[in-house]
Amino acid sequence: MEHQEEKVSYLQLIKNGVFKENTIFRLVISLCPSIAVTNSVRNGFLLGVAVLFVQTMVNTTVALLRRFIHPRIRIPIFMLVISGWVSVVDMVMAAYARAAYKEIGLYIQIIVAFASILARAEMFASKNRPLAAFFDGFGSGLGFLVALVIISFFRELLGKGSLWGFQIIEAKPLLIMIMPAGGFIAVGLLMGFFNWIDIRFYGGKGAGGASGH
Amino acid sequence: MSNEFIKLFELFIAASVINNFVFTRFLGLCIFFGVSKKMETAIGMSITFTAVMVIAAALSWLVFTYIMVPLEITFLKIIIFIGIVAAFVQAADTIMRKVSPGLYYKLGVYLALISTNCIIIAVPLINAGEHYNFLESLSFGFGSGIGFALALVIMASIREKLELADVPRPFRGMPIAWVTTALIALAFTGFSGLITL
Repeated sequence: MEHQEEKVSYLQLIKNGVFKENTIFRLVISLCPSIAVTNSVRNGFLLGVAVLFVQTMVNTTVALLRRFIHPRIRIPIFMLVISGWVSVVDMVMAAYARAAYKEIGLYIQIIVAFASILARAEMFASKNRPLAAFFDGFGSGLGFLVALVIISFFRELLGKGSLWGFQIIEAKPLLIMIMPAGGFIAVGLLMGFFNWIDIRFYGGKGAGGASGH
Repeated sequence: MSNEFIKLFELFIAASVINNFVFTRFLGLCIFFGVSKKMETAIGMSITFTAVMVIAAALSWLVFTYIMVPLEITFLKIIIFIGIVAAFVQAADTIMRKVSPGLYYKLGVYLALISTNCIIIAVPLINAGEHYNFLESLSFGFGSGIGFALALVIMASIREKLELADVPRPFRGMPIAWVTTALIALAFTGFSGLITL
């Protein structure tokens, strides 16, 4: 296994995480925050960065410890590692980004229950060298960050007429986009759009991921 | 006494419909989309979910109030709560398999899914954050469970009909489910302001 992954370059691992296995649009897992925090680009970006950090660190930690973890109890150990790193992010955010923390604090804590983080730790990090695991986590986290920013870009632009808090459009905004329902619509349409691209240009089947949980 | 009861009832209503976890707080979406394809699985999941949620709320309240607050280790709440939930789910799994294999056969699959679910961990966190007392925590947990069950059953019944509809190809599967959820969420905004806590 160790010699196999030499062929896959680190850049490939990152690209894989962003495009081919994009957590939100392709795998359709860890969806909860994709709607909850995407009513402004700033919140979406902050949560994306938090996930990127946690994912990278968890992958690295698990890869470093992979020889010491007994397979039978690996899931609880992974959960422990994840919740440790989430606590770190949670406390740092609470200390340095108070205003944003008030809005997205609950969702930062919820990162602990993200299927995507556990999945990467289980499928990749526990079987690979730390450096490869680092880049895999980075790619997967980056894919998540990109997805959050895309969704929140459309929602904030249409719902408030602004981006990152700066007013851009002076027209009456489409209020529904920043309401809960708007998030579901935005993600649904974007997913449909990416499926359409997949079918039209790459000849895919466009099933938009399996069920996922 | 009756005043207290009314407060509990209000909390229950607020948790189940007004602040419905799926439609206004966007938690538990993975499971929501994952198991809402068939009515039967949706109902099985709802029952398991509500039971686990109430018990997890109770357990974590006890641990939080009698162990974590006196020892001043509340900053570890994420780790401890996820530990409690995971341990409880594991225990329930083992006990159910021994005591009632029939029930385990029906609901066991859902139990395994639950420990990585955001609602289950969100309920203790919110309870701790809002400083609810024991009964309030229970009522909040129960309300959240019922709210989730309601969402699952509504969605499952719509998706069973959706199977027969002629959906454009790029929208088949997940995308149409999301747009459908948007419409239900829009309907649920009608509940907001029903009770002001």
